[in-house]
Amino acid sequence: MHAAGRSTRAWAGFALPGVGWLVALFVVPVYAVVAVAFGRIDPLLRTPIPVWNPLEWDTAAMGDVLDRLVGGDLGTVFLRTFWFVGLARVGCIVIGYPVAYYAARKASRSRGVLLAALVLPFWISYLMRMLAWTNLLEPDGYVNDVLQWLHLMDTPRNWLDGDWPAVVIGLVYGYVPFFILPLYSSLERIDGRLIEAGRDLGASAAQTFRRVTLPLSVPGLMAASVITVLPMFGDYYTNTYLTSGSPRVEMIGNQIEFYLRRSSQPQVGASLVLVLMAVLLVLMIYYLVTIVRQQREAAR
Amino acid sequence: MNRPTPRRWRRTGAAPGLATVTWLYIIWSLAPVLVAVRISFNSGKSRSTFQSPSTRWYWGDPTSSVWHDDTLHTAMGNTLKLAALCMLIAVPLGVAMAIGLQRWRGRLATASNGLMLVPIVTPELVFGVALFIVFTQVYTGLPGGLFTQLLGHVTFTMSFVVVIIRGRLAAIGDQYEQAARDLGATRLQAIRLVLLPMLGPAIFASLMVTFATSVDDFVISSFLSTGEATETVPIKIYSGARAGSTPALNALATVMLVVTLTAIGLAGLVLRRMRRQGAGDAGLASLTA
Repeated sequence: MHAAGRSTRAWAGFALPGVGWLVALFVVPVYAVVAVAFGRIDPLLRTPIPVWNPLEWDTAAMGDVLDRLVGGDLGTVFLRTFWFVGLARVGCIVIGYPVAYYAARKASRSRGVLLAALVLPFWISYLMRMLAWTNLLEPDGYVNDVLQWLHLMDTPRNWLDGDWPAVVIGLVYGYVPFFILPLYSSLERIDGRLIEAGRDLGASAAQTFRRVTLPLSVPGLMAASVITVLPMFGDYYTNTYLTSGSPRVEMIGNQIEFYLRRSSQPQVGASLVLVLMAVLLVLMIYYLVTIVRQQREAAR
Repeated sequence: MNRPTPRRWRRTGAAPGLATVTWLYIIWSLAPVLVAVRISFNSGKSRSTFQSPSTRWYWGDPTSSVWHDDTLHTAMGNTLKLAALCMLIAVPLGVAMAIGLQRWRGRLATASNGLMLVPIVTPELVFGVALFIVFTQVYTGLPGGLFTQLLGHVTFTMSFVVVIIRGRLAAIGDQYEQAARDLGATRLQAIRLVLLPMLGPAIFASLMVTFATSVDDFVISSFLSTGEATETVPIKIYSGARAGSTPALNALATVMLVVTLTAIGLAGLVLRRMRRQGAGDAGLASLTA
């Protein structure tokens, strides 16, 4: 008993530096956001004064933010964020599912090249990929050239003028590689014998897909969605970059960035972060539970 | 891993259509990048139409080429410095934490494991904001800029390391270490002589992922940047879009791309060698799992 106690303490020692780091640079910072959201503002310098004691919290900023969320201007921005993220998720599924499915069922020999091509965007800087899109979408860029050559359009169009399609396409383009990889690894684990059984029992290919493969891929689909949707909700650079900061496509991340860095009301930005985290909490917990479950299964 | 490898799925008639979609996707995902690389060799100022090939934006232009523009190679130096230091700090911390969390039992251990996982699901924006606030309001004594950016990058990447290493640890099991202990090794010797070599590929994969994540990071670096001297390549690309910039930006991005892909390619070769030497499958898969 005594030896076991000593042993577990030794292992705790291994984990301690990392845990300490996360407490100092993750837990404390997140609590600092709370303390600023419910804190005060220095009347002269307009800098935030964090209030650490919950009993002394000032809820005025949060109340104001919640007012503006329900039917106000922030509500519009939030709704638009949901729309963009939702559409981008649909785009990710429409493009990513067939690709992940094909990669998962391709014979192992020729799969190497395919996988390398699918992983490649992961190693290319996100903003470089966005830079590439702005090059293509400019009025004299290749997208217009191709569309005019195909006679789909007579006059070149400025795709970067702040319309939502550029943003949604940009989001899909940016995040779909991160969607495909986890989906692939879950599809790849589906036991091929189950699919063969479906076929052997007389189902057509389409029926087998619908009744066997698709249900089995739901957990992978969920995990891939969550892991791409979460960062999309905090994205403020894709839309800004692709529309030169058009207010018509502003997402909630833009408001947060604005209030924290370029306004004298940082407590509003901090409150918005808390609202965003509250909205995302269900997704975050869902993903955490799946990771913990995987850890348990691996340990077994 | 010990799970039974599933038999390959039976091929059906739907495959050709899927193959087309897949290869179209791959072209769509990579072609824009190739176009951007091509534009970096443009002789003119346009970032959208290619005039004639030149290396003007790499070194030809006396003021705004990557070679001559100080702000551009400062950004590149900062990015690489951050990535290198981030690897050196996040990976050892993460490996130790993974080994500890794998065996440490009790309520505190469960809580620590949960805490370690939360950063993975936290949007980068929340990281950026939280670190921005904590460094301006609480840890005010720290030198701003590269130092705080480094602390941010390490915090952001460490949990990925832990997850990769833990995946591998679970596959290894504890019988090898136990055998070493039975043969008279101390706990530390068993870890150093048996466990760490077996973790080699996973540690290597962690280094690659940490490097790529740090090089790619925009939000945290941007929130913690204190001015031109602490800008990174992603910040430069981002702010360049508004300022009616030149293909020098494409050249900068291309140089970074070449550096990253070379590093990853070399690392991949080493990883393959390590695996062939019987270390088994490494943790890259566990990242995507």
